[in-house]
Amino acid sequence: MKEEIIIAGFGGQGVLSMGKILAYSGIMQGQEVTWMPSYGPEMRGGTANVTVILSDKKISSPILSKFDTAIILNQQSMDKFEDGVKPGGLLIYDPNGITRHPKRKDINVCTIAAVDLSAELGNSKAYNMVVLGAFLSKKPIVNLENVIKGLKKSIPERHHSLIPMNEQAIKVGMEKIQVINSL
Amino acid sequence: MAEKILMKGNEAIAHAAIRCGCDGYFGYPITPQSEIMETLMEEQPWETTGMVVLQAESETSSINMIYGGACCGKKVMTSSSSPGVSLMCEGLSYLAGAELPCLVVNVVRGGPGLGTIQPGQGDYFQAVKGGGHGDYKMVVLAPSSAQEMYDFVDLSFELAFKYRTPAMILADGVVGQMMETVELRPMKPRLTNEQIIEKYSSWATTGKTPGRKQNVVTSLALDSIIHEQLNNTLQAKYRKMEEDDVRFEEIMCDDAEHVIVAYGCMARICESTVEMARKEGIKLGLLRPITLFPFPTNEINRLVPQLKTMMSVELSAGQMVEDVRLAVNGRIPVNFFGRLGGIVPSPDEVFEAFKKAINK
Repeated sequence: MKEEIIIAGFGGQGVLSMGKILAYSGIMQGQEVTWMPSYGPEMRGGTANVTVILSDKKISSPILSKFDTAIILNQQSMDKFEDGVKPGGLLIYDPNGITRHPKRKDINVCTIAAVDLSAELGNSKAYNMVVLGAFLSKKPIVNLENVIKGLKKSIPERHHSLIPMNEQAIKVGMEKIQVINSL
Repeated sequence: MAEKILMKGNEAIAHAAIRCGCDGYFGYPITPQSEIMETLMEEQPWETTGMVVLQAESETSSINMIYGGACCGKKVMTSSSSPGVSLMCEGLSYLAGAELPCLVVNVVRGGPGLGTIQPGQGDYFQAVKGGGHGDYKMVVLAPSSAQEMYDFVDLSFELAFKYRTPAMILADGVVGQMMETVELRPMKPRLTNEQIIEKYSSWATTGKTPGRKQNVVTSLALDSIIHEQLNNTLQAKYRKMEEDDVRFEEIMCDDAEHVIVAYGCMARICESTVEMARKEGIKLGLLRPITLFPFPTNEINRLVPQLKTMMSVELSAGQMVEDVRLAVNGRIPVNFFGRLGGIVPSPDEVFEAFKKAINK
């Protein structure tokens, strides 16, 4: 198993932390992982992306131009990464704020209305966990038990009371993902 | 097996420093390596091991604080990125001239000048050919994973004290910022003052005791005869390093007809390029220098007879390629591929460049 993922959106959406939780979940499942962020002067509101690789074997390059999965959370990232999905790969996006939807027919495309869903949950900070849930429903490369363990590792202990809420957000994401194009 | 922790290469440097018995860190923040001092400040090792962590007022100041600590036989280090290391070069020359051990970590970004905060490897010449003035060398280690960032801290100190010379970890923005799993090694205690006197009182300023000669640490020798002797001593050390402490890794070189030479993050990327080439039946291998000084010249020499071409791949305009060409000495073509400005090429981009070069 080897899954090469790009998660891209605005800074502040939890793109980097979603990648970190996914990476930690992989470690809990005994996988090799790398987490390579875009780093730069961007702060909240700017663009941010992270490449996460989970694999059964040692990982060579942490830098990629093609991805098994692209998780796209704003228009700029759609413009930049739609072409980077491998043929037969998966593109998941939140339609909120997207004006140009993906055109490709050689990939699987799904949407997750995570802005609306996290608002319904009453916690907009659970946004990234709704998206993570959507991803895991299509690519169950780590099981939920290990994701919860990963969450515990990556969230400071003083915030562990929020874990049940995060778990609920992941489950909502798993349930509410919508398939737009299926190969 | 010890627990594996997900951390950035920069964070690994900080944890390794505390756990290998480092006495002091003196630094000044700069992207992409600020997490080193941030992690040290969070960990507060002055409360546990007694290690000093101090933010100096500039890089010039931090390198001179290191000079002071090293004079006393202490394990001291600093870290910075390219423009900051340029400010330290005067100090590095003095440290080398005074035969003082220390560790300087350079998490390289794109230059020249303020350049970019994105990854680069354009400081190769500065690290292995000098940077400061005079005929000196440093041990230069090039990590390509977070685990090596961790492990090379202890190794650098070991080599720095073995040869009484500054050691440098030449990393890059990718290796510094990337998170991977790191296994923490067992804790080593800091040396006590008594242990430092026992080990280093032949040269360090540990306080003169009756019966012991006065130790003078300086790089100044106004008598030309004495100064030439000092230089000869330094050169003899560098030759000894070349004999005993060259480190490198080879991937798929046994049957290779072509070899890519790359270090740091580019070695990881080129490893994927090698996998791509092998799938297409091209016998490509990878030589990854781990010590950039001393350089694996003899290993390149050994490989040349079986090869058609070599190619150096760097985040520079072509620096290490000069050392590869010196080793190959015109026997086979040595190609070059590099990107500048903080752009990091993907494995397929390197593969395309490789195929273009061999089909020329």
